[in-house]
Amino acid sequence: MGAGAKAFYHDDAVVFAGMFQAVKKAGKNSSVFRAIAWVLSWILSTDHKRVGILYFVAMFSFFSVAVSLGIMMRLELFQSGQQFFEPKTYNAMFTLHGVIMTFLFIVPGIPAIFGNFLLPLQLGAADVSMPRLNLASWYMYIIGAIMAVVSLFSNGGAPDGGWTFYAPYSIQTQTNVSLALVAAFTLGLSSIFTGMNFLTTIHRLKAPGMGWFDMPLFVWSLYATAWIQVLATPVVGITLLLTVMERTLQIGIFNPSLGGDPVLYQHMFWIYSHPVVYVMILPAMGVISDVLPVFARRHIFGYKAIAYSTMAIAGSGYFVWAHHMFTSGISDVARLVFSFITFLVAIPTAIKIFNWLATLYRGSIQIDPPMLWALTFLFTFSIGGLTGLALGAVVTDIHLHDTYYVVGHFHYVMFGGGGVGMFAALHHWFPKITGRMYNFFHAKVSWFFFFVGFNMLYFPMLILGVMGMPRRYHDYLPQYDFLNSVATIGSWIMVFGILYMFANLLKGLLSGEKAGSNPWNAKTMEWETQSPPVLHNFEKQPKMVHGPYDYEGEWVK
Amino acid sequence: MSSHAASHPQDAHSDNPHADYIGDKVGFWFFLYTELVLFGGLFLGYFFYHMKYKEAFHEAGSHLNVFMGAGNTVVLLTSSLTMVMSLTALQKRKKGLSLLYLGMTILFALAFMVVKYFEWGAKFSYGLYPGSEILQSSHSDGVIIFYGLYFVMTGTHGVHVVLGLLALSWMFVWVWQGKIHADDYAYLENVGLYWHLVDLIWIYLFPLLYLVA
Ligand SMILES: [Cu+2]
Repeated sequence: MGAGAKAFYHDDAVVFAGMFQAVKKAGKNSSVFRAIAWVLSWILSTDHKRVGILYFVAMFSFFSVAVSLGIMMRLELFQSGQQFFEPKTYNAMFTLHGVIMTFLFIVPGIPAIFGNFLLPLQLGAADVSMPRLNLASWYMYIIGAIMAVVSLFSNGGAPDGGWTFYAPYSIQTQTNVSLALVAAFTLGLSSIFTGMNFLTTIHRLKAPGMGWFDMPLFVWSLYATAWIQVLATPVVGITLLLTVMERTLQIGIFNPSLGGDPVLYQHMFWIYSHPVVYVMILPAMGVISDVLPVFARRHIFGYKAIAYSTMAIAGSGYFVWAHHMFTSGISDVARLVFSFITFLVAIPTAIKIFNWLATLYRGSIQIDPPMLWALTFLFTFSIGGLTGLALGAVVTDIHLHDTYYVVGHFHYVMFGGGGVGMFAALHHWFPKITGRMYNFFHAKVSWFFFFVGFNMLYFPMLILGVMGMPRRYHDYLPQYDFLNSVATIGSWIMVFGILYMFANLLKGLLSGEKAGSNPWNAKTMEWETQSPPVLHNFEKQPKMVHGPYDYEGEWVK
Repeated sequence: MSSHAASHPQDAHSDNPHADYIGDKVGFWFFLYTELVLFGGLFLGYFFYHMKYKEAFHEAGSHLNVFMGAGNTVVLLTSSLTMVMSLTALQKRKKGLSLLYLGMTILFALAFMVVKYFEWGAKFSYGLYPGSEILQSSHSDGVIIFYGLYFVMTGTHGVHVVLGLLALSWMFVWVWQGKIHADDYAYLENVGLYWHLVDLIWIYLFPLLYLVA
């Protein structure tokens, strides 16, 4: 790192300051201690920016593991018949891929990395409300992650049965499900504490003059997300613990042979896990709301509509859980009601999409890499959302349930929404976080490979599902050969694109040009301080003098 | 830097430059919501099975010791009262009195756990515990589920009592050392709120489990 990043390496704001200073002193004549001090200056720091980067490093490490598992699964599915892996191995692989991608990557996702880094900056605050708790949340995340990894190799072997851990299989299987469940519980705790912290920060630390409707929409999305984290996560927490107790103590609650009801498990699991898909997607929507106006040079269209619809999505998400259970034997009345409410949730989402399109209308659009990714979000997420309608309708869901269609839909929403939103955020805030700029040409080429590969990988899954190919099998009938091969080749192209993208960003980090404080000429508050920002963010308390999307001169309130 | 949050008179007296009394309380309330939802999940399970096994719940509930349960209810309610009195005493700058009441709260919490120990012990001696041979072979499904729920719910609550005990003891030390004082008592107040929540949850658990018969 050059001198420009020096401001970043403030070694203040550490916990265990005495110990840290001692190590630092020892580092004066020993390079080993110097290295230890450097590591400690990161992992002991309560600075929200460092915590965000700690999450980034940890999460993308796990992401690369889960991507590798995905690639291996696609290799197995390249053709019908067994290629490389035993069925049991394949079961463990898709469970791990799911557990890592959901619990370790996309759920903490944008809030943990970009929320941590940007929330205080966008509010004009020095840090989050509870910086120590923030660092503690990262440690809880790491402990949970370690438990998840250990569960692969310790007694009983890697957990199987999928990331949803449905009873009664999850209470019978001899694999190491218990530890994986405790891991997920710990990760949930981490998520709850992050949510609490963000809520308090947003309530308490807005800059002078900043009202609720002057906040950037990214902050609104974090606010809605945090409410879901606080109010939904404990339900799955207790459900997972009950499953652990079921396995160890035989309490009977999910065990039909003791009078329990496994369908209750599904209810309790999805009461949390449907709202949590909004934890995965709302922050990405917030990113898009912040990126589009910058590169269209337009005020965001329908600010309040987007803010309200964000809260509406978070609220209505609690009432649709049973759409995951249309084939689980619930009553017809319940199916109709839940199907209907599910369609209602599409309304606030559509409101957002139309507002984004209206923001672009007559803008002077500049296709820089962040914009390219944001537009990609509109495309892939719309496919994900629209394919979801067929699953929300009972009649079509009966046919499509547990087919590859669901896998395709899920990846269009989660990866095409949450993941692409994260890549947009990465390209948009990279200069703020690192103080340097990446190469635009390579960024666009890598995007191209990603985009082509992504659609080659996931679109055939939608077709295969309609044709009737079931999910979670390690083999399939020969009539599905062609499209599966296309998908597997797509996975290679997509992964090449991702590697290319990270190589380009890494090069930018190491030797990119100095970015300056506001390379995009954006209006939100994080661009008012230097890049990377100093400890406690602003030299002096910033005041709200113009709106967050004030690109057309006047302060539109 | 905390100057821009509408600050509370307490903040000026704190050693911490980022002190935000209202923020501390707001944040803690969010935590309490989380706890409520956690137990909410358990109550949901209870109501689901109560509908399914009404009869068996009546029968199984009649085997619980109402006397001990009621006694524990009184103990917890009183401990909530002494908790409030401890905070009030501290605010009135009577440190000794505050410590006395805080100590009483801790003793009540211990008493609750002792009663719980004897209650659970009695159930174990009759073979009424999850996974027991006797329970699974000679009782109906509804009774098995009832005892499953009984141990999970009172157990989860018990864990909260123990955590509360630790937090209360910690507060005792801090008041003793003067780290918490009449001008900076957000921690004590928050632990008090937590303790009231533990109390509140028990007030729901008691009738659902003991008085269902
Ligand atoms: Cu859902």
